[in-house]
Amino acid sequence: MRLVLVGTSHHHAPVELRERVAFDRDASRAIAEQLGSAVCLSTCNRTELYVEAEDADEAERLAVEVLDELEPTLYRLRDHAAALHLFRVAAGLDSLVPGEGEILGQVRAAHDAGTPGPLLDRVFRHALHAGRKVRAQTAIGESPASVSSAAAALAEQVFGDLAGCRVVLVGAGKVSGQAARNLRSRGAVVALAANSKTDRGQLEAELAHADVVVSSTSAPGYVLDAPTVERARRGRRLLLIDLAVPRDLDPAIHELDGCYLYDIDDLQAIVAETLAGRRNEAERAEAIVSAEAEKFHEWQASLEIVPAIASLRALAEEIREQELAKAEGMLGRLDESQRRAVESITAQIVNKLLHLPTVRLKQAAAAADGVIYADAVRHLFGLGEDER
Amino acid sequence: MAEILFWPALLLYGEAAVGYLGDARHPGAAGRAATWGVRLGWLVQTALLGVQASRDDGFPWGTWAASLNLFVWLVVGAYLIWGCRRPYRLLGLVVMPLAATLLVVARAGGGTGAAGRSHYSNLFLVLHVGLVLVAFAGFTLAASLSALYLWQERRLKRREATILRRPAPSLAVLDRLASRTVLVSVPALTLGIAVGIARLVSRHDHVDALVVATLVTWVVWTGYLGVRAAGWSGRRAAYVALAGFVLVIVVRLALPATHFG
Repeated sequence: MRLVLVGTSHHHAPVELRERVAFDRDASRAIAEQLGSAVCLSTCNRTELYVEAEDADEAERLAVEVLDELEPTLYRLRDHAAALHLFRVAAGLDSLVPGEGEILGQVRAAHDAGTPGPLLDRVFRHALHAGRKVRAQTAIGESPASVSSAAAALAEQVFGDLAGCRVVLVGAGKVSGQAARNLRSRGAVVALAANSKTDRGQLEAELAHADVVVSSTSAPGYVLDAPTVERARRGRRLLLIDLAVPRDLDPAIHELDGCYLYDIDDLQAIVAETLAGRRNEAERAEAIVSAEAEKFHEWQASLEIVPAIASLRALAEEIREQELAKAEGMLGRLDESQRRAVESITAQIVNKLLHLPTVRLKQAAAAADGVIYADAVRHLFGLGEDER
Repeated sequence: MAEILFWPALLLYGEAAVGYLGDARHPGAAGRAATWGVRLGWLVQTALLGVQASRDDGFPWGTWAASLNLFVWLVVGAYLIWGCRRPYRLLGLVVMPLAATLLVVARAGGGTGAAGRSHYSNLFLVLHVGLVLVAFAGFTLAASLSALYLWQERRLKRREATILRRPAPSLAVLDRLASRTVLVSVPALTLGIAVGIARLVSRHDHVDALVVATLVTWVVWTGYLGVRAAGWSGRRAAYVALAGFVLVIVVRLALPATHFG
């Protein structure tokens, strides 16, 4: 069986092209069924068709037909290269933001929606394992990759679990909306979304119960100054995120005990640093992925040799039984325990004779010489021939 | 036998201390190795204490050096409750070098070998020494948490760009854990001191420097709970905890000669 991959991704095609071949779950399943044993992985950054087939050329031709519109941007990989690519994808190493976490779930969903044969099923399961291993053993996915997620991560550095944390939004910018969504997804509650019409007293009253303030207005001056915050917060610990330019929050707030004020530059510096950290972790992740891909390759190679080993052992066993049957006249005089001893000795002789060749064949399979050795064994022992 | 167990325990605690240092620079394998060092080292030290107990027909940790050995075991045991979780590994940077150093000091004072016979009763020693050591182990942990709080707060105040790269417990969690640890430890110290004073009075013994220092320690840690109840938290409470820990060090290391008979 051969493994074939045809696809395109953000590396090769802009979004205007990728959106033409973006498939939902049902469409992905239909495509997989159309191709036979196949899995269609379609995300916002890639559309890839993985096909398992005896005839790799034909499988590739059919897959290219499905993605015909993007023909010039398509990449085509086979066997080990295709498996390695999938492993890298599952680990987030081929993502726009290295190590992003969503892709692992998307690979799992694609596998569930597909129609994989044994080889494809194995390669996807192994890829998911590799992806989980990379996440567990490296810090590639731990740091935020956007200003909004950095704001939420900072809130966790101050408050830990954000469940029940009260957020006050001042103004309504795009990034502050994303920050609010990030905070909400971690359990925080948006207690007040203030705008220019919101009463000043209401805002200050809410600050008395707030844990996080996210500000993003177009006001020319400070919306909140240090004395106001100090008076309103009543000793509470407070994280303030100022996403506005010009700034909304008086920098002197940061000097207050228990107040932590971050502006857009601070957040961008954090994101730049964490992305650099992800790239460093990516090197370790690549090593893990390569090792896992190699294991998969060894397993796949062993498939070539297993039938030859099984045939060789079956032949040896057949000969042993035939010779014992021929000696039945002599063995008939033996009692039961003596017969069992003869059976055991002959079986041991066969096993010992075949042990080293079996080990060597498996080693050869792992070293990519498996097919040659398998053919040699079949030829030398006449395996698979009708007459010996 | 006890002496034989000392070396692997020290080696494992030392490995953990170095591992946590490595983890602080490059989070990952070094931190995991350090965590296993703490776990295995603590098990070995438990065996060491077990051997000491089996060889003695009384309370084997009555001397200051032996009590230091028990103290280290309590500190590491308390750390093990949650210290091995990834965000708390940084705490190991404070706890494990301290544990390894104190274990060496305990051995130098003869506290890891066969115990000598004490002239105190077993019940008195178990209650007095046991409770005081439990309290001091708690204070050590609370001080470590407070130190970690100050470090984390400083990073937030400095707006360090690397702040999200190295996982650390949040300020709120550190503050809460330190407070809870002291809340459990102060009653233990109170009871331990009460038992000691009761015996002191009944035997008409004199008050030595260690007793005075322990009472001052009690005042500071009780004061810690008081100021927290009055609304202090965060940085100011952490400084009080560190001041209290200085007294714990004095009581554990500087004044033992005045007290143990």
